[in-house]
Amino acid sequence: MTIQFKDETFRDDYTFKNSEWAVNRFPFPFHEDSYMYSVNMEPHQSFRPGSVFEHRFDVDEHYLSEMRDRAQVLAEDPLRCQSLPHMTLAGWDLLELIMVSKSEDYPDLFQLNRDDNNWHWINKPMGIDQKFTFLDEATLPYGPMEYITRQTQGDFAVLDQRDDNLWMDAGMITTQADWSLDFDIGMNFFEWHAPVPKAHELGIFVRALKFLLNVQQGLPARRLNWTMTVNPLLDTSPENYSKWGVQKQELTLENMPDKMHLRVELQTFFRLPRSNALVFPIRCYLIKLGEVVTVPKWGRRLHRVLRDLPEELATYKGFIGNRPKIIEWLSRYDDGAPTSPGIWPD
Amino acid sequence: MTNSVFEPSIKSRPVYGTLAARPGKAHLMIADAEGAEAILDMAQTAPEGLFTKTQIMFIPKATGDTYVRQLQALKPAQFYVGPSYNASVSRLQRVLKDAHMGLQIYLAGTEGLIGQAMFEAVSAGIPHTALQTEHRGSTARRMQCVHCKGITEDVTTDPFQCAHCGLHLFVRDHYSRRIAAFQGVRIDAEDPGNVPIPVERFK
Repeated sequence: MTIQFKDETFRDDYTFKNSEWAVNRFPFPFHEDSYMYSVNMEPHQSFRPGSVFEHRFDVDEHYLSEMRDRAQVLAEDPLRCQSLPHMTLAGWDLLELIMVSKSEDYPDLFQLNRDDNNWHWINKPMGIDQKFTFLDEATLPYGPMEYITRQTQGDFAVLDQRDDNLWMDAGMITTQADWSLDFDIGMNFFEWHAPVPKAHELGIFVRALKFLLNVQQGLPARRLNWTMTVNPLLDTSPENYSKWGVQKQELTLENMPDKMHLRVELQTFFRLPRSNALVFPIRCYLIKLGEVVTVPKWGRRLHRVLRDLPEELATYKGFIGNRPKIIEWLSRYDDGAPTSPGIWPD
Repeated sequence: MTNSVFEPSIKSRPVYGTLAARPGKAHLMIADAEGAEAILDMAQTAPEGLFTKTQIMFIPKATGDTYVRQLQALKPAQFYVGPSYNASVSRLQRVLKDAHMGLQIYLAGTEGLIGQAMFEAVSAGIPHTALQTEHRGSTARRMQCVHCKGITEDVTTDPFQCAHCGLHLFVRDHYSRRIAAFQGVRIDAEDPGNVPIPVERFK
């Protein structure tokens, strides 16, 4: 189908919303009525045509508006995009991966013509027509990682692999769930996950790292993660916590369906060929609670998950204060009926 | 005074050891305040002649003259006493630039000194296997405000006020080696004006 790109905002007047198409393909993250951390990895293979799992880099109706929001974030704070000096080659790897994937998966939107190192990239939705020399930074307006991630939805952490660990040595991070690239850049896998409660004790990170160190070229992996966000804010960075934190107080039972959002991250992991780095795209999908409950199974299940979530996790995910209100509102959509297994609508 | 004992903490928080003399062609010892005691303790068991190949850089801070003469008595090949870490950085960078393979580095004292000197050493290409650290003295923290990025040195209370933007920040255990600082985050972001009374957590 042809994607109808929307003109909407993720700040100020918050005009973001999902079409029925986008709601029905939303990556609802709970496959059962409860939640605990796990290393929930699976191969990132094309799955369920039309879903967000069909293509390597999903493009949806929010594409142009998300890219405009990213440009605004970067104009206000250029430190959201950083790359340590040894990561430039990984940036070219990433540019190649995205250009090749998008031109193959969305030939009507993106085109890539390659003649040796002379490349021609056309991004029709954004109106970009760029001829450049692969591996020659001087021929692009930005470094390779920044250039391509200004045209691709989702955050990107580019991880160097050495000493049996992964190091957060580059990234484009403008749609994050409250962590700072500028603070975390240069950290290893355990260090940047240090603030996460419980998961270290459960051995989650040791197992996850072991898995990730062995991700092979051409065999990407994926998992889902989630949190809750008041207002459709892509940029819930610690840098701007001063601005968005206070908005949590505005939540009422009346504005709940429009103001409270389930925020889901589709996290994928690709091995990069020249640098042997691992790229970790973190794609943020937002859905209003009012949109969630249009799928009866999701309304019931979200109520049960949030109601039974351990306090520590609700605190870490930042909605402990609003949890009673959220549960009260969602309970109206939970008739106690059993839910079917798996994440998809019935 | 023995070296500091810290509560178990999250994984980005640095872990410190106890300095021990190691074989090496050259030695660089950097300490602030009570960190001098770590060097003096190590010297008691150090092989003879170690200090003839050693440069000591010392920042006394509030300890004044307490340790200067004792360190001098070790007869290091070079001895520098500086008024602040910041004042010593260009010298340190020069020393590291001249370093050869086999240089052993010893860092002792506060977290701010250890973290910043380690960053310089790692940036200069010194392998982490040639670096030792020992915490002594004040547990005051070097903090970065996540909002304005300004660094506030020697923070002893939680919350504290950012020396740059004035926001009231709570002290996290999350630590960046690159910045050599802990992270400070606005404490009243969700409820502006509701700032708890600061408690002295670090001495």
